[in-house]
Amino acid sequence: MTAVAQAPAGTSSARTGRRPASRRRRETVAAMLFLAPDMLGLLVFLGIPMVACLVLGFFQVDGFGGYQWIGLGNYERMFADPLFLHSLRTTLLYLVILIPGLFVVSLALALLVRQRFPLVGLVRSMLFAPNVVSLVVVALVWKFMLTDQIGVIDRVLGFFGVTPPSWLGTPHWALASVLVVTIWFAMGYYMLIFLAGLQDIPREYYEVAKLDGAGPWQTFRHITWPLLKPTSFFILLTSTVSMMTGGLDLLYVLTSGGPANSTTLIIYYIYQQAFVYGEFGYASAIGAFLVVILLIWSAALFALTRGGRFSDGDK
Amino acid sequence: MATSELTTSDRAAPAVRANRPSGRGRRATALTVGAILALMTVFPLLWMLTSSVKSGDEVLSTNLLPHHATLSNYAYVFTQVPFARYLLNSLIVSVVVTVVALWFHSMAAYALARLRFPGRDTLFLVIFSTLLVTAPVILVPLFLIVHTLGLLDSYAGLIIPAIFNAFGIFLLRQFYLSIPSELEDAAIVDGCSYWQIYWRVILPLSRPVFAALAVLFFLANWNAFLWPLIATNSQSLNVVQLGIASFQQEHANNWNYTLAASTIAAIPTLGLFALFQRRIVESIKTSGFK
Repeated sequence: MTAVAQAPAGTSSARTGRRPASRRRRETVAAMLFLAPDMLGLLVFLGIPMVACLVLGFFQVDGFGGYQWIGLGNYERMFADPLFLHSLRTTLLYLVILIPGLFVVSLALALLVRQRFPLVGLVRSMLFAPNVVSLVVVALVWKFMLTDQIGVIDRVLGFFGVTPPSWLGTPHWALASVLVVTIWFAMGYYMLIFLAGLQDIPREYYEVAKLDGAGPWQTFRHITWPLLKPTSFFILLTSTVSMMTGGLDLLYVLTSGGPANSTTLIIYYIYQQAFVYGEFGYASAIGAFLVVILLIWSAALFALTRGGRFSDGDK
Repeated sequence: MATSELTTSDRAAPAVRANRPSGRGRRATALTVGAILALMTVFPLLWMLTSSVKSGDEVLSTNLLPHHATLSNYAYVFTQVPFARYLLNSLIVSVVVTVVALWFHSMAAYALARLRFPGRDTLFLVIFSTLLVTAPVILVPLFLIVHTLGLLDSYAGLIIPAIFNAFGIFLLRQFYLSIPSELEDAAIVDGCSYWQIYWRVILPLSRPVFAALAVLFFLANWNAFLWPLIATNSQSLNVVQLGIASFQQEHANNWNYTLAASTIAAIPTLGLFALFQRRIVESIKTSGFK
């Protein structure tokens, strides 16, 4: 990114000196006009909501119209709300399993499809295919397959003499089902990003390693893994953000947050508070809390990986 | 391309040539593992497709292929609910968002990449940082703003908020930075205005990146569920994802119908992916890093 940001600056400084002031003004005006529609839209539909989310957290909003300042009231309520705390714990458990799981699965798939073998392009496409389907369709198909007793999964397990649990009817299995479906849906996307990272590693390194007699594990440990660090960092960061804030469609259709709130992840709880109970202020406070957590996570990840490594490999 | 790489590496390292038999064995293993995983991955989608042409009696059987394939489920979906209307609504929203977004984003990206003005790099950083804001977090305030603007339950309310995202600006800016400045210089010498440069030089060069982004935007909007769910409530504005979700609730025990509806919703996305997979894959890789 740094290299990219410098490129135009370099070309411009070479010419700026000779440009007459009127032309420079004309160029600025033109730039403002080109930028205006997008800037206005981003401000109204992204910038203001972002600030409003933080501000609304200090208000009690009743239905439409009535806003009442209650200071930290919503935040006090949050930490006394057993359902919120339960949802926080569930989300944490979910992420602790999902993020490493997704990471390992997509890396393994990327290592597999990086190799050259016949039909590798088709295999890549098939592994990515779930990602282009909507989460609603995904949820419906899995709901069908996971139906108690009559779903195809239970039928096949029954054939092998296994008595399956009620996948979407018992709290732990419901969360596990959401985990599996999420990994199935998202793995192709992260596989492609890992693949891009792998393809950036110069071929010669592997040839040298091969000549030195390094086995597959040694090659992975000493070449692939260190050189893949920027990609790994990027994936840890973006997958956490998108898994923590996404997937609402899936939860809505597949489990509706249940049974017994076992799949009410924070994002679903926000939706529920706002659009089922009309608690817009309280929902905003939880949203703001989520933003703070994500910022802390990003900062921690950046510090832990010494950020520098990232820019190091990113040129 | 794969073969040319293969020959270069063969020539560069004789050791590879010596290992060829084991290399062939490894390729066969990789193909087998890859094929099994790929088939397992697409199985749910395949199961949806084949179950959608099974009759109600057969839909719960474990046969992959139906004994009597029937399209009656599809006919039922279109006659029981205004499914064609749902599809049309989704099409309108997705196409309008895609076209307007490409237009606005390419203008902004052109200014950010090719024009010089004070504060440009700061502005870009501000735009870039909005990439970290994910839609669900701002859902509540966005809903209140759209309500204040009086746009709830209208096409405008479905379309306008979906247009603006920094991702498109970012990707287009990266592309425009790579355009050699000679083309623009020639246009400036000819006395073209900035608008003419944008219209006659930049836009024609944008075709490949537009194709990739158009597919991504279209897919994202066709698949959108959450915003339509909260921003609309009249049935005439239902988009297809809302349509199939509520269809399932009403026909909970008739999976053959629900799966036919799901298949219709999924076919455009899978079709676009099949047609444009190379472009989609390239732009995902780019968004991932560079």
